[in-house]
Amino acid sequence: MQFDQILQYTLSGLSTGAIYALIGIGFSIIYNATGIINFAQGEFVMLGGLFTLSCLEFLKLPLWAAIPCAIAASTLVGILFERLAIRPLKQPTPINLVIITIGGSILIRGIAMLVWGKDTHSVPPFSGDTPIAIGGATILPQHLWIFAITLIIIFLNKVYFYHTISGKAMRACSYNRRAAGLVGIDVRRMVLFSFIISSAMGAVAGIIIAPLTMTAYDVGVMLGLKGFCAAIIGGMSSGLSTVIGGLILGVLESLGAGLISSGYKDAIAFIILLLILFIRPQGLFGKSNSERV
Amino acid sequence: MNIKVMNVVIAAVTLLFSANVFAAAPIKIGALFAVTGPAAFLGEPERKSAEMVVNEINRAGGVKGRKLELVVYDTSGDATKAVQLATKLIKDDRVVAIIGPSTTGETMAVIPVAERGKIPLISCSAGSKITYPVKKWIFKTAQNDALAVGRIYDYLQKTRQTKVSILTVSDGFGASGREQLKSQAAKYGITVVSDDTYGPKDTDMTAQLTRIRGSHSQAIICWGTNPGPALVAKNVRQLGIKTPLFMSHGVSSKKFIELAGDAAEGVKLPSGKVVVADLLPGSDKQKKSLMAFVKDYQKHYNKEGDHFGGHAWDAVMLIRNAVNNGASSAAGIRDQLEKTRGFAGIGGTFNYSTTDHAGLGKDAFVLVEVKNKDWMIVK
Repeated sequence: MQFDQILQYTLSGLSTGAIYALIGIGFSIIYNATGIINFAQGEFVMLGGLFTLSCLEFLKLPLWAAIPCAIAASTLVGILFERLAIRPLKQPTPINLVIITIGGSILIRGIAMLVWGKDTHSVPPFSGDTPIAIGGATILPQHLWIFAITLIIIFLNKVYFYHTISGKAMRACSYNRRAAGLVGIDVRRMVLFSFIISSAMGAVAGIIIAPLTMTAYDVGVMLGLKGFCAAIIGGMSSGLSTVIGGLILGVLESLGAGLISSGYKDAIAFIILLLILFIRPQGLFGKSNSERV
Repeated sequence: MNIKVMNVVIAAVTLLFSANVFAAAPIKIGALFAVTGPAAFLGEPERKSAEMVVNEINRAGGVKGRKLELVVYDTSGDATKAVQLATKLIKDDRVVAIIGPSTTGETMAVIPVAERGKIPLISCSAGSKITYPVKKWIFKTAQNDALAVGRIYDYLQKTRQTKVSILTVSDGFGASGREQLKSQAAKYGITVVSDDTYGPKDTDMTAQLTRIRGSHSQAIICWGTNPGPALVAKNVRQLGIKTPLFMSHGVSSKKFIELAGDAAEGVKLPSGKVVVADLLPGSDKQKKSLMAFVKDYQKHYNKEGDHFGGHAWDAVMLIRNAVNNGASSAAGIRDQLEKTRGFAGIGGTFNYSTTDHAGLGKDAFVLVEVKNKDWMIVK
């Protein structure tokens, strides 16, 4: 019985962890391209879920069509955000940018509240909700979707950053923006790209998690913070270490809730965040001067 | 100041006052509702219901020839804000009574303000500690958690189930429910074999439920407000737990069934009578008020009225009755409120007294079960 329980905690933790990882990667992509922490990242998670809902209920689209529409709509919001709030800034110091992203997140959340109301909404699962037994533990088909989509996104990320010109250019920006600019890379364009990618990714995370956790205008806050923790554990890398960071966070939370006390679940995440920032600010796996893409 | 401006100001002020002299001044009632924020599901229907019933009373000529005027402020579920706004209602708006706040946490914070200002406050939240011990100026319309817990335990006792697991949300509502669940258990011969909590923003409760599954209880009681309990119901189904699941009256609205979907089937919960108004026998004393409220709400907002709105409806009606009985000052309204007997409202039949400012009995709740996406009364 004890083993079954541990297995269940681990599986539950891995699935929430995968979501944290996706959100975390969104954080680090923007961080690497622009040097800012985009605290509006969580809002794209919320937008993904809610746009899906609108596509399903008001446009009456089938699920397979609603998802791309929702991703496109959220990405559009990401582009507008970069164009209207980030780019026009006269003095783009990191502190100004961070404050702008916080302001942006409050604005997006407020608008979402007016558009979708304050209620929580449920989104149908992609393929039924008959539980699947693994050993003594059970998961839902939606969990498999989460794992699969996370893997695909990580793979696509890898291909983009290492095997395409614009991906390589974005990496160049993360190493040295000035130098990247000098060799003819349009740095501002890369910043826009980074917002496009990370808002789309946030939206995907929001869409695949919505059938499990439901969605509302304010789900982005907590998920955003947890994603940020994952990114910090992973040392702000947009690759595997943030994924592992997210998974570790998810599993520890779930084990902590199950074995110690459910009251400490969120505390665990933030204690880990503080410990990492104190002891290993370069991330759990980073060397102090490691590459960061 | 420019003389012209001064003249305009004087004219405006004179106009304002003269208007007040000609018509009998309206009776000002303050309302604090969590219209936005996490408790918006309470505050929104409360605000709508209160406005609806005040408008209706005014259209019918007011109370004793005086109109009611409702001053509503949004607390966004924040206790600090609630305290500031309560002070504003008393000091600036000079209201004679306050309705709300929506949550137990806010109410507890506002109580000292109302007591100091000597203004009667009719809270719309459920926590037992609001009116126990009795405080001179504080009343409430939402049913005590204790009554809801009693309803569930009654049923468990009847069906001879003695071991329960409880899973409560870590906010004021959950904490109060948890306290009641634990303190009343012994009276019904029930033992609480596992006691877990979850955060109001949590998105996955499988960890807690896995632990509960290991505890071999005969019933799971989850105490929270949407969306948490809907997730719990979904997680219970995911984990294949067959133990009967009970919820609190905090989720007795259609929203819960909508959110939890198939997972809601078979869930039992104590509920105010409003959700099953049409299933009630004609002999039920509350039926008339209930049907009137449900129909009005449907007409005004094109939405089914829930019992959260009902709490505000009751509060306005209680004040109206007090004014009808001759009270007009804050102290008068308070005294009349305390004399309320047999008022069949939405939440139940109210009988306030000097020793009871909650005013409801166990008959305020019926145990309902979700069947085919609708409520059924459990006999």
